[in-house]
Amino acid sequence: MTRIKILVDGVDYSDDVEPRTLLVHYLREQLGKTGTVVGCDTSNCGACTVLLDNSSVKSCTVLAVQANGHEVTTIEGLAIDGELHPMQQAFHENHALQCGFCTPGMVMQSIDLLHDNPSPTEQEVREGLEGNLCRCTGYQNIVKAVLAAAAAHRESAPGAVPSGGST
Amino acid sequence: MFGQRIRRVEDPRLLSGRGRYLDDLGHDALAVAFVRSPHAHARIVDIDVSAALAVDGLVAIYTYDDLDGRTSEPLPLLIPHPTLNQGRTPYPLADGEVNHVGEAIAMVVASDRYVAEDVVGLIQVEYEPLPPVVGLAASRDGDALVHADVPGNVAATMVQEVGDAAAAIAAAAHRATLSLSIERSASMPMEGKGVLARWDADDESLLVHTSTQSSTSVRQAIAAKLSIPVDRVEVVTPDIGGGFGVKIVHPWPEEILVPWAARRLGQPVKWVEDRREHFISSAHERGQLHEVEVGYDDDGRLCGLSVRFWHDNGAYTPYGLIVPIITSTQLLGPYKPGAYRVEFQSMYTNTVIVTPYRGAGRPQGCFVMERVMDAIAADLGIDRAVVRERNFIQPAEMPYDHGLMFQDGRPLVYDSGDFPASLAKLKALVGWDEFDSFRAAARAEGRRVGIGLGCYVEGTGVGPYEGGHLRVETDGSVVVSTGLTSQGQGHQTMLAQIVADELGVEMERVRVTTGDTRRFKYAVGTFASRTAVMSGSAVALTARKVRAKALKIAANALEAAVDDLEIVDGQIRVKGSPGSEIDLGSVAVLSNPLRYAFDAGAARATQFAGPVDPTAPPVPEGEQPGLEGTDYYSPVGSTFANGMHAVVVETDPETAEINILRYCVVHDCGTVINPMIVEGQIHGGVAQGVAGALYERMEYDDAGQLLNASYMDFLMPYASEVPHIEIDHLETPSPLNPLGVKGAGEAGVIPGSAAIAAAIEDAEGFAITTMPISPSQLFDLRRRHCER
Repeated sequence: MTRIKILVDGVDYSDDVEPRTLLVHYLREQLGKTGTVVGCDTSNCGACTVLLDNSSVKSCTVLAVQANGHEVTTIEGLAIDGELHPMQQAFHENHALQCGFCTPGMVMQSIDLLHDNPSPTEQEVREGLEGNLCRCTGYQNIVKAVLAAAAAHRESAPGAVPSGGST
Repeated sequence: MFGQRIRRVEDPRLLSGRGRYLDDLGHDALAVAFVRSPHAHARIVDIDVSAALAVDGLVAIYTYDDLDGRTSEPLPLLIPHPTLNQGRTPYPLADGEVNHVGEAIAMVVASDRYVAEDVVGLIQVEYEPLPPVVGLAASRDGDALVHADVPGNVAATMVQEVGDAAAAIAAAAHRATLSLSIERSASMPMEGKGVLARWDADDESLLVHTSTQSSTSVRQAIAAKLSIPVDRVEVVTPDIGGGFGVKIVHPWPEEILVPWAARRLGQPVKWVEDRREHFISSAHERGQLHEVEVGYDDDGRLCGLSVRFWHDNGAYTPYGLIVPIITSTQLLGPYKPGAYRVEFQSMYTNTVIVTPYRGAGRPQGCFVMERVMDAIAADLGIDRAVVRERNFIQPAEMPYDHGLMFQDGRPLVYDSGDFPASLAKLKALVGWDEFDSFRAAARAEGRRVGIGLGCYVEGTGVGPYEGGHLRVETDGSVVVSTGLTSQGQGHQTMLAQIVADELGVEMERVRVTTGDTRRFKYAVGTFASRTAVMSGSAVALTARKVRAKALKIAANALEAAVDDLEIVDGQIRVKGSPGSEIDLGSVAVLSNPLRYAFDAGAARATQFAGPVDPTAPPVPEGEQPGLEGTDYYSPVGSTFANGMHAVVVETDPETAEINILRYCVVHDCGTVINPMIVEGQIHGGVAQGVAGALYERMEYDDAGQLLNASYMDFLMPYASEVPHIEIDHLETPSPLNPLGVKGAGEAGVIPGSAAIAAAIEDAEGFAITTMPISPSQLFDLRRRHCER
């Protein structure tokens, strides 16, 4: 067992973990943060995407011990006082989710995408989400939602950079 | 609400990480992992667990020899058919022989999944390999047998014929033959399967959560297999991360084994399928080989059509012949075939089982029929759209009886549809008539572009029935349940829209539960694009029943006639008489005469609360307490939706890369309840159609190893591969149900391969007969056609 200290969704945690424990399993099993899900064994689907120090990572490809001393934001840390993050709201308004299983990862990746490129074209959104699989939506409304979130952010806060909620 | 783009009530929870998928439950449960066969076909000589026994955290290892009672029998053959005389189903754990890579051999229960996987790695199984049968060619050869007692690997042969097809073809002015094939793909939901079982030893009852598309039937199956009275078993579906057909199969081995182990161990037990397991031990679909003969007149009208096809059903047939029966009937699409004969053989191979995947045999049938249409057009030099128009069933011919038996054992009768209008809309949307000049201009620039059409008819809303229960609570909220399950389609929203309209309440007051046998015990399941038709209709009928009861009680309370009352936003009032009204919650109070006042509302229903009629019983004769009702919808037959897709592709003259420039859809699913949700369904279906046409296939080698059993190697499209989709709707209401609706869930996937093959053919100038097609396959085809 190894001792790790991680800031997750704004809360400090200190836990003993097996060195082989994946970050996603630490989040789910030890912290009970089941909003982050596992969709494949090979880091292809992106359902487990979280922000590690404000950059997206696939939490099935990070060991919990590697996150020691770092800051993690999950889908559960985005809403503030029950109010959805603008990206979550854009997904809702544009019907960008169906079964919802890929949604946490898709939302986290979309936030990271706009962080890097606040005014993407449709093609840039599609390429920026390459790495996150969705089997329900055909991506059309996800792309629409990300573009809508980018536009809304430009209108509300010109020049600012969107980020994860609790970070 | 009906017809409105209402945002989904499911979203806020799912968007905040508060979804409750199977693996989000049961953190106190023991974990399961399986030893699965690495061989496609082998006898099990020995299972040695000795090296595994010392692992800390191991709870139990089970093999076939541990199974008792009915768990040691083969799993049920869910849909028997008189022609399926060689049906075979697997055992929950292999009994001495494995028939595909991935078949479960031993079940490990441990403190957590990490430990369970450690144990799996330490169990030694000795195999005696048997010759594997992989692919339809090897299966038809029959040199090696999947099941030693099934001659020629033929599970079933089925023939349907209307008229004398051979004679009609022989007498036709023109004839053509086509050999066509389509490969395997799979539903591949983002969440695999999973089962969590809790045994209550004091109550001798089971509570099972499973990611199924049919909770009521899983409940019956568990009760039967574990020899538990069915009233001691409840099955609940949590949130489900997609289904697309694969989760309609049941009981999966794990749906029996996990509850069985939970009872045996007296502890909660959970199994969650990992992605590799999903590839090699759930289900695939699509693999078929077709030989077609067609006869037609000078105008391109069909005189006779004869189709013989071979369907790869994999190692077992738990879901019967549903997929090839659908192919054989829905192949006809919107056309009149003249005389029609179809014969199929359902063939065993040592591969994963084949059961319905969104579209369920229709994409293959549509591919075949549309290839026939294009072949006729090419032969006669007639516009491809014109050939289709000439063969369409006309609106005035509805209802149209094909004279065949459909998958529900009932006549194949189209209830409604306007195919000429659909095609006219599609031609306008894609610019069909202008494409010749676009193609010519592109060619002049050295580009290759092509356009293709795919038309389909889809039998949706298959019976036998669904039901709904609705109760108005004393606070005026409305609780609705239906037995079938949800996998992300937005059923809670769609059903709440229907209830809000029928009952006259605000949608926010309606809460819908699906797939929970504690709430509703009679149901069939979610498949065949049937929820809006079946549960939508059932819930509407239920709401009408409850509305009538509410009006009766309110009429009494308001001293008004029932016909003078209306319900608006949960208030029952006398039309045109403001001030005299009663809210539904109060009506719910009055419907339930009480002795005890547990709150202020209840106090109004107690015996001293107001004047009573001493001559009448508190609950009127023929009535029941409570403002609630149950009703069912059971149609005489399926309702037939239809649609047409047009695709424009560009192929790279050098690399043979295939790009979709435009993807246009005209869709008719009858009356639309929520256009936003229907369009979302179409988007998802089209994405799977594109995937099946250009990217996805199951790469089995000759030994029966699935070489691409991961998302790394199975090319499921990302956002960068799926095109933007343009949609136009046509609404031809169904006359069969109270809402006029038809199913929409599967439609988008059906004509993908047909339309994309046609577009590539148009761009390249040679026939495309096998799908999916990759750039390297197209490159090879070019070389072969050059050599000719």
